[in-house]
Amino acid sequence: MRYIAVGCCLLTLIACKREVREVRPSPAVSGILGDAGAESALRPAGEMAHQNIVNPYEGNAYAISEGQRLFNWYNCSGCHANGGGGIGPPLIKKDQRDWIYGGEPSNIFDTIMKGRPNGMPTWGAKIPEYQVWQIVTYVRSLSRLEPKSATPARSDTLEQKTSTIRPDEKGAAH
Amino acid sequence: MTQSVWHASGYNAAQIRELAIFFGLLLTAIFLIVEVVALLVLRRRHRGIQQEPLEASHQPGSGTESKLRTVVGISTAVTVLILFGLTILSVSVGKAVTASVAPAGSLKVEVTGKQWWWAVRYASDDASRVLLTANEIHIPVGRPIAMKGEAEDVIHSFWVPSLQGKRDLIPGRTTQEWLQASQPGEYRGQCAEFCGLQHAHMAFWVIAEPADQFQAWFDHQLQPAVEPTDEETQRGRAIFLRSACSLCHAIRGTDAAAQVGPDLTHFGSRRTIAAGTLPNNKGNLAGWIADPQTIKPGTHMATVAIQSAEMQPLIDYLESLK
Repeated sequence: MRYIAVGCCLLTLIACKREVREVRPSPAVSGILGDAGAESALRPAGEMAHQNIVNPYEGNAYAISEGQRLFNWYNCSGCHANGGGGIGPPLIKKDQRDWIYGGEPSNIFDTIMKGRPNGMPTWGAKIPEYQVWQIVTYVRSLSRLEPKSATPARSDTLEQKTSTIRPDEKGAAH
Repeated sequence: MTQSVWHASGYNAAQIRELAIFFGLLLTAIFLIVEVVALLVLRRRHRGIQQEPLEASHQPGSGTESKLRTVVGISTAVTVLILFGLTILSVSVGKAVTASVAPAGSLKVEVTGKQWWWAVRYASDDASRVLLTANEIHIPVGRPIAMKGEAEDVIHSFWVPSLQGKRDLIPGRTTQEWLQASQPGEYRGQCAEFCGLQHAHMAFWVIAEPADQFQAWFDHQLQPAVEPTDEETQRGRAIFLRSACSLCHAIRGTDAAAQVGPDLTHFGSRRTIAAGTLPNNKGNLAGWIADPQTIKPGTHMATVAIQSAEMQPLIDYLESLK
């Protein structure tokens, strides 16, 4: 009985993605092929099948902090400030529908890689893909879309208050 | 080519070395005296037991008692005096070597510790004479250097054992000191405050050279990067500018102007790469670009997907930046 209990405790450690520090990333999933992000569920002639692109760093605390560092290093903050917006739109969203091009990890990945009209540059081929995923994880953590266990209890900058996030009522972006 | 406090080549380092030698000799002498006396006492005591019982020698005779008191008193006083003297000496040398106001006419150098490399900036009132470089500090011999130290992320410590004592660099605070090299040479420095995964690989070189050589080096470093002449290096530059390299590194004279990683304008002239980790040559550079995480696990140098056909032009170009 005791061995089973200990075994179960060890199993939870294996399952914990929060503390994984992958300093030497394996080649990440490419999201830009075939418009994997699928910004909108609205399609002519019915819904398009949503491609299942998984953020390899979801729920990983190291990726969030690395993403935060890169967010400043690559001057994302130059337009988006610390998530509050400036020249570019704010990244702290109140509602899932506030994401212009979708708030799923694959959508944000696409936005960074391909760029968007009215000023968002194309970062594909400039930022290594694993770092784009780290930035995606950080950007999602700003709106509390990452698990609470992985995000800092007190953020360095602005942060979304949990109570103000409204559920995705009309399925706008997802 | 040295990193040793015993090989002192500057005013500060010489002061520290002399203090250490004085402490060492004096305390060794005292240690030896104490040991010799202790051995003598042991031998006498041994003889004494053979001659008479222990109690007999400890009669409350007034003569022995007062003699003992005098000896203990004098020894205590001497010990206190020596310790007091050493304290004064240590504090005064400490004050002398940490004086933060540099003499007039000194060269202004600003060093910023980052995880895990050193950004170096030669300050000047003339904006066209300001120089940014990394991990290699050239200084003229015999001229005082006014050092300003800062840290970007965590606490680092600037230490060139042959030139000065450790100086902590603290985020949000500017530390000042001055140093001077008395003879030409290449002195290795090292971060002396644990600062994360690659603390041990956060080294740099201070190269002290005669004033005219220094000036020639400085004037050359102020120039923008050399234009690639042959097709291979031109391709290399195009690869550098189009890939992720240009997002962190600057090469003056090109569109790459990012200040996140070390300035590479005269990369080919440096002795080492990755903050003193490897000698600077094409093989090491290719290894470093292809897989930085094996050479410095945890380094913030990104693993950039460079195709194998692109590697040779890229390293040819970087090594051509003399």
